[in-house]
Amino acid sequence: MIQISDNFKESPSQTAGPYVHIGCTPNFTGMKNIYKSDLGSLMKVGPVKGEEITLKGTIFDGNGEPLKDAMLEIWQADSTGMYNSPKEIRGKPDPNFTGWGRCAVNLKTGLYKFDTVKPGRVPNREGTLQAPHITFWIVARGINVGLQTRVYFSDEITYNSSDPILTEIVEPKRAKTLLALRQGKGLYKFDIHLQGQQETIFFDI
Amino acid sequence: MKSQTPAGSYLKRDRSWHPKALSSPYKSSIFRSPQSKLISFPATLSEETGPVFGQDLIGKLDNNLIHNYAKQGHTAIGSRIIVFGRLIDEFERPIPNSLIEIWQANSGGRYRHINETYLAALDPNFGGCGRTITDENGNYEFATIMPGPYPWPNGPNDWRPAHIHFSIFGDAFSQRLITQMYFEGDPLIQKCPIVSTLKSKTAVQRLTGILDMAKTVPMDSLAYKFDIVIRGNQQTFFENKTEGS
Repeated sequence: MIQISDNFKESPSQTAGPYVHIGCTPNFTGMKNIYKSDLGSLMKVGPVKGEEITLKGTIFDGNGEPLKDAMLEIWQADSTGMYNSPKEIRGKPDPNFTGWGRCAVNLKTGLYKFDTVKPGRVPNREGTLQAPHITFWIVARGINVGLQTRVYFSDEITYNSSDPILTEIVEPKRAKTLLALRQGKGLYKFDIHLQGQQETIFFDI
Repeated sequence: MKSQTPAGSYLKRDRSWHPKALSSPYKSSIFRSPQSKLISFPATLSEETGPVFGQDLIGKLDNNLIHNYAKQGHTAIGSRIIVFGRLIDEFERPIPNSLIEIWQANSGGRYRHINETYLAALDPNFGGCGRTITDENGNYEFATIMPGPYPWPNGPNDWRPAHIHFSIFGDAFSQRLITQMYFEGDPLIQKCPIVSTLKSKTAVQRLTGILDMAKTVPMDSLAYKFDIVIRGNQQTFFENKTEGS
């Protein structure tokens, strides 16, 4: 175990606060002339390979109220399981798919939405292919350290049932908190619960 | 097929150093803090890769908040400052080509945001957002104005110290970080319920920008130095050790 002195430890986190949009999605706030577009608003920059999907949902607090000031980011592989990252050394990712999306939730309803593709399978450290998943990162007022979770797909029954994280790492009765529910062709719903009976599993990876 | 795992294995986040999810003096955290334990497993490519942005993303004025929202011939109101520093990892290695985004209130402590209700005036020439990409040595720099402190609805009379929000990417999604920079000498730092989510004095110091006279521009701007550290990659650390020194 490596010990890092307090002088070189990771900078401590502080909440993104209620106005995260100013820095991360200024166009969303109505400041249209600083950046051309909000970063991460388009994950598909041309014709993409694989199944195009829409993923949407709401983040709920411990009172069951939707968070209306949150920002989410997602990071995922393309339809063949490749990441659009300089560290991807296994092959060439789809050049028209960024793999990274950012969305400010609707200020009135709290709804978020990502237009993306269904990710392919990615190996874990042992080389076992994992079930298709998307990494989520959530920041908002009242969240002191960005919350990380993973979203799997309700219709990937075979892959989910053999995935080591879904079947061995997390409590079986909570595993369903990680499932995006298929609501129709190419449409998935994934709600996040910060507290309560349905509290979403969050990770420290 | 044998898996090829690229450089990986980031140092674990020290959760006693970071704020706890629940810090009741910061009231918004009460209903927004997960109550179950965070679950860990060995990181995979999903955590150890991340989006990387090119220098071509950055416009000429993106790191200049004094001018990037100002009308032609105008500048933002407030004390002109330079905020600069180095982005490094926990092994003190510089992180080049990494996106840094900032946002802040104007010199009166007012944010340009639809939900903002503070009575201080908006500055028509100040937007409050900026971004840059670190250079080959991990250095970054912003020109901006000193943000004002402001009251906020929490306790009966809570004030935020002057601060700038920072959003940091690194090169792995597990390094993603949002934090705030405070200003040396601000008496509101120790009274702030958000700052006090940090339990160690050193942690607060680490978020405090330090006046650096050497970097000031005479007759123009004061300068504050703020170094940022993101999670270190053990694997490349050890590889470099064996190959190098």
